[in-house]
Amino acid sequence: MIPAVFDYAAPKSVEEALKLLSKHRNAKVMAGGQSLLSLMKLRAATPPMVVDLGRIRGLSYVKKKGNTLAIGAMTTHTEIASSAVVQKEARALAQAAEAIGDLQVRNRGTIGGSLAHADPAADYPAAFLALEGSVVVQGRKPRTISAGDFFTGLFATGLKSAEIITEVQIPLKPAIAGSAYVKMKHPASGFAIVGAAAVVRGSGSAREVRLAFTGAAAHAYRAKSVEAALRGKALDEAAVREAMRQAADGVELLEDLAADKEYRAQLVRVFGQRAVLAAG
Amino acid sequence: MKATLTVNGVKATHDVEPRLLLVHYIREVLGLTGTHIGCDTTSCGACTVHLNGLAVKSCTVLTVQADGGNILTVEGLATNGKLHPIQEGFWEEHGLQCGFCTPGMMLTALQILERNPKPTEEQIRHGLEGNLCRCTGYQHIVNAIQYAGRKMAEQPSKGR
Amino acid sequence: MAVSKLFGARIKRRDDPQLITGKATYTDDVKLPGLVYAAVVRSTHAHARLKSVDVSKARKHPGVLAVYTGKDVADALAPVPCAWLVPGCDLKIPPRPVLAVDRVRYVGEAVAVVVAQNRYLARDAAELIQVSYEPLPVLVNQEQAAQPGAMQIHADVPNVCFSWKLQGGDTEAAFKSADVVIKQRFRNTRLIPNAMEARAVTAQYNSGTGDMTIWVTTQNPHIHRFVLSIILKMSETKIRVIAPEVGGGFGSKIPVYPEDALIPHLARELGRPVKWAEDRRENYVATTHGRDHITDLEVAAKKDGTLLAFRGKTYANLGAYASLAAPGVPTILHGLMLAGCYTISAVDYTVHGVLTNTTPVDAYRGAGRPEATYLVERMVDLVAFKTGLDPAEVRRRNFIPKDKFPYTVVTGVSYDSGDYDASLNKALQMIGYDAFRKEQTVARKQGRYLGIGLCTYVEICGLGPSPVAGAVGFQGGLYGSAMIRIAPTGKVQVFIGESPHGQGEKTTFAQVTADQLGVPYDDVEIIAGDTANTPMGWGTYGSRTTTVGGGAIFTACGRLIEKGKKIAAHLLEAAEADIVFNDGRFSIKGSPDRMRTIQDVTLQATLAWNLPAGVEPGMEAIAFYDPPNFVYPFGAHVCTVEVDPNTGETALLRYVAVDDCGKVINPLIVDGQVHGGITQGLAQALLEEAVYDENGQMLTASMLDYAVPKAFHMPRFETAHTVTPSPHHPLGVKGVGETGTIASTATVANAIIDALSPLGITHLDMPFTPRRLWHEIQVRKGGRP
Repeated sequence: MIPAVFDYAAPKSVEEALKLLSKHRNAKVMAGGQSLLSLMKLRAATPPMVVDLGRIRGLSYVKKKGNTLAIGAMTTHTEIASSAVVQKEARALAQAAEAIGDLQVRNRGTIGGSLAHADPAADYPAAFLALEGSVVVQGRKPRTISAGDFFTGLFATGLKSAEIITEVQIPLKPAIAGSAYVKMKHPASGFAIVGAAAVVRGSGSAREVRLAFTGAAAHAYRAKSVEAALRGKALDEAAVREAMRQAADGVELLEDLAADKEYRAQLVRVFGQRAVLAAG
Repeated sequence: MKATLTVNGVKATHDVEPRLLLVHYIREVLGLTGTHIGCDTTSCGACTVHLNGLAVKSCTVLTVQADGGNILTVEGLATNGKLHPIQEGFWEEHGLQCGFCTPGMMLTALQILERNPKPTEEQIRHGLEGNLCRCTGYQHIVNAIQYAGRKMAEQPSKGR
Repeated sequence: MAVSKLFGARIKRRDDPQLITGKATYTDDVKLPGLVYAAVVRSTHAHARLKSVDVSKARKHPGVLAVYTGKDVADALAPVPCAWLVPGCDLKIPPRPVLAVDRVRYVGEAVAVVVAQNRYLARDAAELIQVSYEPLPVLVNQEQAAQPGAMQIHADVPNVCFSWKLQGGDTEAAFKSADVVIKQRFRNTRLIPNAMEARAVTAQYNSGTGDMTIWVTTQNPHIHRFVLSIILKMSETKIRVIAPEVGGGFGSKIPVYPEDALIPHLARELGRPVKWAEDRRENYVATTHGRDHITDLEVAAKKDGTLLAFRGKTYANLGAYASLAAPGVPTILHGLMLAGCYTISAVDYTVHGVLTNTTPVDAYRGAGRPEATYLVERMVDLVAFKTGLDPAEVRRRNFIPKDKFPYTVVTGVSYDSGDYDASLNKALQMIGYDAFRKEQTVARKQGRYLGIGLCTYVEICGLGPSPVAGAVGFQGGLYGSAMIRIAPTGKVQVFIGESPHGQGEKTTFAQVTADQLGVPYDDVEIIAGDTANTPMGWGTYGSRTTTVGGGAIFTACGRLIEKGKKIAAHLLEAAEADIVFNDGRFSIKGSPDRMRTIQDVTLQATLAWNLPAGVEPGMEAIAFYDPPNFVYPFGAHVCTVEVDPNTGETALLRYVAVDDCGKVINPLIVDGQVHGGITQGLAQALLEEAVYDENGQMLTASMLDYAVPKAFHMPRFETAHTVTPSPHHPLGVKGVGETGTIASTATVANAIIDALSPLGITHLDMPFTPRRLWHEIQVRKGGRP
């Protein structure tokens, strides 16, 4: 319950943070600290140095920039869940934020921290993928990583060391007709045993569905065959159920006490269906 | 490292290790033992305090992260010897038994009511997700929060 | 029988002001000059030889005062004893060292301890201790550990460390005459108590006087003092045990643990006060667990639903050592309740207590009785299913009739009073049983899985009487105690030997005392939890405090009143026989104006200027109340559920509890006890299960893995009471601390199985997790998606 000794720095700017990170190769970046400090208390993580982004101003915001919804990386889950803009423009993201942990954790935890931590059962990744978002990353040189390239494995992302997420972007064009995030919560941890996010853009024969799952596999994934099957279709229950049969195909599902592979596959289908019907 | 925190309106500066958890600062450095520790995993919420108006689990915040911040603990809920409506509610409605989870429970309850003065039972139960109680079965806690909500609506100045 | 204005009143608790303002002191809040901190190193192996424990790095770590291993304390500290030596079952107790010496037998067993200037340094140093293990084969499952030829965990004690037999009536004949025989295997899951406050000990030793003061998270400070005097090899008069505020126990703070002796020993060795507070991570493996039975049971019944006999055996997992009360829990507190509420006439039952490489198992809320109720109430439903009768009707046909009490059941215990029909009828009416059955029929046609479950329970509680405790091997008495002291100004202090920690007796006992003595409620103070000022008492567990403590208070009050009558008669120049006491006034029969108040009389008794011959000064009385029998609360719980076949999730629709705990002193507090109890029982059925892998590593060793129920998991409970006073208790009260837990597990189990019965499911093991239910539904539907 007590972390090991570490050095601590609280840079005032992203530049300063990047300098610290390039100097201290094994330093750990801390955003809200809700995952990192938990690991450090159990000494499952013992970084020699912690670089706390909490003192950097200007990384906490939600705004519409043209056809993009831009969210500062240090914006908390509470702020995202309660943001009228997010609720209106990308409801699945607000629902994912509200589904995270608990009230206190949502008050501290941030979207950038959560994405970078890449817990396989975290809530944001499904919404982030289904919304086809991207992250703006500062490092040796600034770059953007699309959601599809971001999650690479268990607790693994496309971020390099000495890179920091500064902004999360959600494209609002083509217009989002509806989106939703639903999950089955682990009764103890509150993490997603399976979480599903669905986004519907366009209408009629141009209707496109994006569907992504978290909690099901080593990292969140998009069910592209389901998306293809639903393209341009009326999203009635029978059609969605039929399409959802493929939702776990080809996916190496996780196995734990809460769900074995067979049951998890069922949850993928059920929650996938619920998400699409709620979005559609 | 130096850290200056204002806890229940009292400002103090201490030299602290970076790893000192806020809950240990509150309990051991300041001697305010009303804030409790019930788990290692950011699960139970017994350590909940308000940091700059936000309910947080003080076992998962470093003291240095709270540098410059304003903290409210259970010891700061009552004003001039008068119980806060939340405290009144827990007492009136038998919202506690062993009392160990209660300080954290009340501080979460306060945040629930600050955000939504008239929460439904379902909203209260959702809001309490991060606070475990092993004694009450939660029903009297829900009643206590509803009581406090009514009380705070009657006397809005008393709510924080 | 005393009933007046405070008895029965819904009074808010007097414990609360300090608890809601953060002023309460729990063991980890105790601050002493020079206090240092201990951290314990625990075995990471379930079974291994200890090859070496290298403490050299830890000793050199900054701020470290001392490091001790098992060898360092083996001479100074006696083994931790077991104190429930159940007779007639060939019980053997394996020795349990305070720190492991050459072998570890479960993950979490204490191996070494570090003392340092603060808890951060102590933890750092503990991480530096290198323990070298030679792994040994591991036995986790009690049935496997009980097999002949299984590896023996203790050198001188077989894994099956007792086999307890219960026989009553002619079981053979009953099974021969049965129309229906049903055999079922039951698994009662292992649970982790998870009191919100983990364990803690703070100890201070004064080498000048030889006095040891120990603050400890205990439900029974006097038992702690008694047992610690043995382990510490000190006179108990030199030990003062204080249970300050205790943050929940649920049975897990009954036992005397190794750390409870180790920390005082360190204080004695180092001449510094020492504190140890358990992490939650430690709590999961180092504090006792509950339940964990494997049972094969057969029931014999007639086709009209008449229950004839039970026959079977249980393997009770005791863990690696026999914890303080462990042997008594699956035997006396379990087997003797196998008749339930019923006139069943024969039983033949064996319980094997089995040692395994797991954390020791001891009392957990209900302690043996929930396990018994689960078996009986599931079996009744199985009989109903087999005979096609309604489960409520099968219960009614077998209830002990209300005019037959006291009634001695086939297991040999004598129930004091009951009216089982009344509570069942009330519960069925509250839930709208017939209407729900109709709704269920309609829903089933639509492919929905609605269920309703019943449990009619009776429990044994209010533990004593002491002669019975002795007869069943409990190494202590089971009376309650109260010492009442009325101060010169008439204020009343009541010192009790029991040790409530959330149950509210500081309020309810003040109600009782104020009524009995006719003094204002606010003039009564209840003091508990400190062996230095309370009379010998056996603690708070087994729903006993209100009954035995209440009886002691009633008796002590009576003694004060008798004495007061003598003094008042003398002052009023009347005959003692003519003095009546009512509402705080001693008056002459027929002349109510010629009176003295109890406050007047107390002042006179204290001053002693003018006392009658033969009357000693002072207004103090002490009473030890040893009850003539146990008390037997009972009731009926009913709940309705819907199972979602797509996900296996269970929705609790309604939960109705009708409990009869005799007379109710404070309905607000009783409601709180019932709610909390129901929640713990529901959690066993729906959420909780301690799981070990085959290597003895616990897979559910944190609050992220083990599901302690949250607010949103629970429905709003609907509670009501019937009132059947205990005929032998002076206040007519029974216990209520465990009723909810005893009833609710079986209630929801029966509801879920009822919901799934159209699939041919007649039994499933707990917990009824979505995963388990979904798989069962798939299997029964005969197809996989």
